Amino acid sequence: MSTEKEILKVEHIYKKFEDLSVLEDISLTVHEGEIIVIVGPSGCGKSTFLRCLNGLEETSEGHIFLDGEAVNPLSKNITAIRQKIGMVFQSYDLFPHKTILENVIMAPVLVQKRKKDEVKAEALKLLERVGLSSKINNFPRQLSGGQKQRVAIVRALIMHPEVLLFDEVTAALDPEMVREVLDVMLDLAKQKRTMLIVTHEMAFARAVADRVIFLDGGHIVEDSDPKQFFDSPRTERARKFLSTFEFEEK
Amino acid sequence: MDTEVLRSYLPLFREALILTVRIGWFGIALAFAIGIITSALLHFKVPVLSAVAKVYIELFRNTPLLVQLFFIYYGLPVLGFQVSAEWCGIAGLGLLGGSYMAETIRSGLDAVPLSQTESALALGMNKRQLFGSIVLPQAFSTSVPALVANVIFLLKETSMFSAISLMDLMFTAKDLIGLYYDTTEALFLLVIFYVIMLLPVSIAGSFIEKKARFRIFG
Repeated sequence: MSTEKEILKVEHIYKKFEDLSVLEDISLTVHEGEIIVIVGPSGCGKSTFLRCLNGLEETSEGHIFLDGEAVNPLSKNITAIRQKIGMVFQSYDLFPHKTILENVIMAPVLVQKRKKDEVKAEALKLLERVGLSSKINNFPRQLSGGQKQRVAIVRALIMHPEVLLFDEVTAALDPEMVREVLDVMLDLAKQKRTMLIVTHEMAFARAVADRVIFLDGGHIVEDSDPKQFFDSPRTERARKFLSTFEFEEK
Repeated sequence: MDTEVLRSYLPLFREALILTVRIGWFGIALAFAIGIITSALLHFKVPVLSAVAKVYIELFRNTPLLVQLFFIYYGLPVLGFQVSAEWCGIAGLGLLGGSYMAETIRSGLDAVPLSQTESALALGMNKRQLFGSIVLPQAFSTSVPALVANVIFLLKETSMFSAISLMDLMFTAKDLIGLYYDTTEALFLLVIFYVIMLLPVSIAGSFIEKKARFRIFG
């Protein structure tokens, strides 16, 4: 469960792409240690919302604060803020010209100016924890999707972020590889990491979430605890959305 | 063909080769530097400077090296700068090559997926780190063949240097023909020395290409 410390505060943000309104008046407060799962139909603005949080997208209106500091992609301190918000993408996006170990230690050494030996030791420990010790000298193209995604998670973790964002990290994976990635995330959940997770894995969402946010048409339609959301959603839209994951037996 | 003549010409061609390679080396290094900076300005769409970069590219890509060399060699003294012919050659090669390199590198930069940029930014990298460590190395691996072609092209363009009385390979051959009329011997050595200069570049290029591509694409 979460502590009372507010870590991320989103105040009335809007995001428009030309005429298309993707996010409308979203407000949210995230407490330290809280695990928030964001669900909703395709194109509802889930990914855009996550990308606004670390300044990959500029909001059209409203404010985002991390530890009281404004997140603004155009401001000078955006690189410092991004170091505190780790993000893992659907398509892994490892650096193809670097080995697995280099992928992991690159940002801490280059960006955070930490000592290479210390970072390397931590990288080896983290990679061992996700079962990839034997791959450190391989290149990303030699790994399976699930392995790549585990590396991507380690690459975000080693920056010691205060918040982790997961943007549909299992959506591009073959079914048998989904589990190995979700297991890593469950492990992080046990460590009380603050996480915002966009996913279509409903069983996982239910198991891991402290709070479920249902986003539809750019609005937060529901914001409730997982039991309430999955067992008795308050809105018709949520009920309809959840029913798309069910199959009737013949 | 007179082997005695060939033997007597050899030291002169060797001298010329050294000069050509020296100017070629510095000129091409300059071309790479200009190309990288110019392509970065275009890639990041830096206001004003990217427009300057475009004008520069079009200006130097669409004028012959000979004309550029004349401008530098005869123009700079008019403006009060005394520059040696060798530096004029380096500058000319660097400026012409820079415009070609810029376009080649830019096409490589544009081929790097946007998601690479985003994942680097998400790790807190600034633009310089993003460009130097993520985007540029990947752009290089995709554009190695085109870059090697540029290098070979530029080394061959050094044959224009004779026009500003630099004693490169071409100058030496023309000079010897004018003096002694041993046309066959002089031209034979000219061809041989160009091949000696360029074949290693070609071979090294294929090697680098294989290596750079293997890393990323297997």
